[in-house]
Amino acid sequence: MAINFIEPLYEVVRNQDRCIKCRVCENQCSNEVHRYDSDLKVMLSDETKCVNCHRCVALCPTKALKIVKSDNCFKENANWTQANMTSIYKQADTAGVLLSSMGNPEPLPVYWDKILINASQVTNPPIDPLREPMETRTFLGAKPKDIVKDKSGNIVNNLPPQLELSTPIMFSAMSYGSISYNAHESLARAATELGILYNTGEGGLHEDFYKYGPNTIVQVASGRFGVNKDFLNTGAAIEIKMGQGAKPGIGGHLPGQKVTADVSKTRMIPEGSDAISPAPHHDIYSIEDLRQLVYSLKEASDYKKPVIVKIAAVHNVAVIASGIARSGADIIAIDGFRGGTGAAPTRIRDNVGIPIELALATVDKRLRDEGIRDNVSLVVGGSIRSSADVVKAIALGADACYIATGALLALGCHLCRSCHLGRCNWGIATQRPDLTKRLNPDVGSQRLVNLIEAWTHEIKEMMGGMGINSIEALRGNRLMLRGVGLTEKELEILGIKHAGE
Amino acid sequence: MLEGQFRNPSGCAVAAMISTKGRTFSGEDIIKSIAVMHDRSNGLGGGFAGYGIYPEYKDYYAFHVFYTDSIAKKQCEEFIETYYDIVNLSKVPTRQIKEITDAPLIWRYFVTPLKTKLDAAQLSEEEYVIRSVFKINTQIDGAYIFSSGKNMGVFKAVGFPEDVGRFYMLENYEGYSFTAHGRYPTNTPGWWGGAHPFSLLDLSVVHNGEISSYDANRRAMEMYGYKCTLQTDTEVITYILDYLTRRKGLTLEESAGVIAAPFWETIARMPKDQRDKETYLRNVFSSQLITGPFSIIVGFKDGLMALNDRLKLRSMVIAEKDDMKFIASEESAIRRICKDATNVYYPKGGEPVIIRLEKGVQ
Ligand code: SF4
Ligand code: SF4
Repeated sequence: MAINFIEPLYEVVRNQDRCIKCRVCENQCSNEVHRYDSDLKVMLSDETKCVNCHRCVALCPTKALKIVKSDNCFKENANWTQANMTSIYKQADTAGVLLSSMGNPEPLPVYWDKILINASQVTNPPIDPLREPMETRTFLGAKPKDIVKDKSGNIVNNLPPQLELSTPIMFSAMSYGSISYNAHESLARAATELGILYNTGEGGLHEDFYKYGPNTIVQVASGRFGVNKDFLNTGAAIEIKMGQGAKPGIGGHLPGQKVTADVSKTRMIPEGSDAISPAPHHDIYSIEDLRQLVYSLKEASDYKKPVIVKIAAVHNVAVIASGIARSGADIIAIDGFRGGTGAAPTRIRDNVGIPIELALATVDKRLRDEGIRDNVSLVVGGSIRSSADVVKAIALGADACYIATGALLALGCHLCRSCHLGRCNWGIATQRPDLTKRLNPDVGSQRLVNLIEAWTHEIKEMMGGMGINSIEALRGNRLMLRGVGLTEKELEILGIKHAGE
Repeated sequence: MLEGQFRNPSGCAVAAMISTKGRTFSGEDIIKSIAVMHDRSNGLGGGFAGYGIYPEYKDYYAFHVFYTDSIAKKQCEEFIETYYDIVNLSKVPTRQIKEITDAPLIWRYFVTPLKTKLDAAQLSEEEYVIRSVFKINTQIDGAYIFSSGKNMGVFKAVGFPEDVGRFYMLENYEGYSFTAHGRYPTNTPGWWGGAHPFSLLDLSVVHNGEISSYDANRRAMEMYGYKCTLQTDTEVITYILDYLTRRKGLTLEESAGVIAAPFWETIARMPKDQRDKETYLRNVFSSQLITGPFSIIVGFKDGLMALNDRLKLRSMVIAEKDDMKFIASEESAIRRICKDATNVYYPKGGEPVIIRLEKGVQ
């Protein structure tokens, strides 16, 4: 037998004094780590299979379990780290492309954490959100160039289609297939209750969820899975996915074991087949082709829905966005390199793309320099982790934020980054009925509602502190931000001053 | 550092008076009125705008210009001569007083665009004038046009407003409408341009407050070609008003509904037509919403507008006597010049009070 070079990263530590051998862990772990030895009358674990998803830890009734980082290590080497070495062993074993999921975990700079927010003192009073109105309502869509008045001087409503959000946060694209029916239902119901939108991702829309259409963004990606006229006309907006922050330059990837009968029907593809979207849209090889797709989708939906073009944040994102803003798109969504995914080649996830903070700052500036910022709204994601990130994004120039990983965390995800295996113990990134039933949409949607309400509350408090009582007065208000520990160049790109200036 | 190189939050006093019959009166009273509120300013800025003061040149743009030196003056005059017909030029008359020091050169030009140049530029006359003002103010070092309207003029300086009024001998001007400002900046402005009123064409603004939406407003206005060189609230408010009224064709009432927009909960209670209109305005002009405390008095050819921020975080009071209407930060400023003024009224937050000359008054 070949030697296994790969050492487990975690140890499953069981306190035998506490363990009552109830076998909950065994039952809960889809990775089959836990096993009961009836001869020895003890629970044993095979930690080579553990992905550290904390399901067993959370459900163990006596808190007998913990997962700890293994201190078993290779000889220390700052260049050839254990991760680098293990990757080589894996590839030498399998000849495969390394696969991962969720966002880039590498210690690259998180600019949100180096930006601080202002508050009023003396010259300008802070506003108390508990006592005064504090407004977060947001409209997304192109704004008309001219004001038209009729003969009696009344303004004619010449607004292109708009999206109205109660708060500037939306759930970003996650397909049915990559996540479960119950996860989708949770998102759809929460979006409806909150007055915001969720996004179908590229897997079409399950027929049960058509009723949430007014709070749904329907996505058209290069694979065109599940796209048909009803689908396009059901959503409140149509999103063309040109790219994704976790894997710029390649298309979506849904492993065959997640393509169950129901998923296959919604996606309109054979059961069990890998759903691999082409890297480009084969009808879009340049910007004028994009314009044609934008307008064909508008034709198909009678010019009643805004069209979003979603791109990954890449090096020349500002130029690309400026092209899109002239292509008839109503909204540009930009996804940063830390954005999540259900499956991506590890090397691409960890090495391609740029931080959303920098992408947003340069895109907003570029569109203003060219005088076309009003042509489009800007939505950013990948990754927005808290209400403070939302406030910073809006002050840098975004109209709204997309969150996905954050939403999954609210549903129970513990970021084990194993979604591509299809065995998500939290019932999210899986299609196995025994696992999906663990996520109750009543509970899930409520948790999502709680999260967004809590964030909105925090956003209002930060706005009030700045003396701002309406979110639009925060948008692009970069004087409200200061950098800490950033270089001149970084500050210049972000368009903010350093703290103390 | 000079004003324009940093943000300079200010507290302030504002006052204004107008005869709705277009009757002219001297600048004496407005000085008295603003002087009462001495403690609301700190000697670092004062100024006035007068309307109807140049009847003999009423068809010409009156450029009031600050120069730091004669080189700037020469350059600026060369520019003006290239693009305008100058019908009269002179120093702006001033009186030497010990309270006002470090005066720049202050000149006044009555001009009209050269027709050939205007035709070649393919711009409206007003746009042509605005662009030349921006050009001079941003490109000629040491020259600053601080007043560019017709039959109106701005007079401002670093000092207490009553001293500024005496310095400019405002009592010698007769107008049908005056606004005044006393400034309480937190930093020294360094030069005179930062004093109020701020004006563009006939529009002038005096303002009390510090707006928290400043950079959102500024970045939006710069996209539309306005250059915010002073970094003051008044400057950006003036540009917003010019943009909304002149470039977008909104009425002053509609513009007030953009700047100090009604809250969504108020809009929800409005009748449908009005609700649709306010929703449209808030959506389309979201970048022109101003938050944070302000009370402003806008002077324009036909009258005055007083407006408070949506929460009314700054004081403002209105009163009247016959054809005279008065606006001020404090009632005492009105009582000083008109003991028996009546209909004293404190406008609500976001409620514009627009006072227009009576119909037919020229
Ligand atoms: S994979 Fe998850 S459930 Fe299984 S042992 Fe590890 S932490 Fe526990
Ligand atoms: S969704 Fe499930 S599989 Fe994916 S990271 Fe979260 S817990 Fe792990």
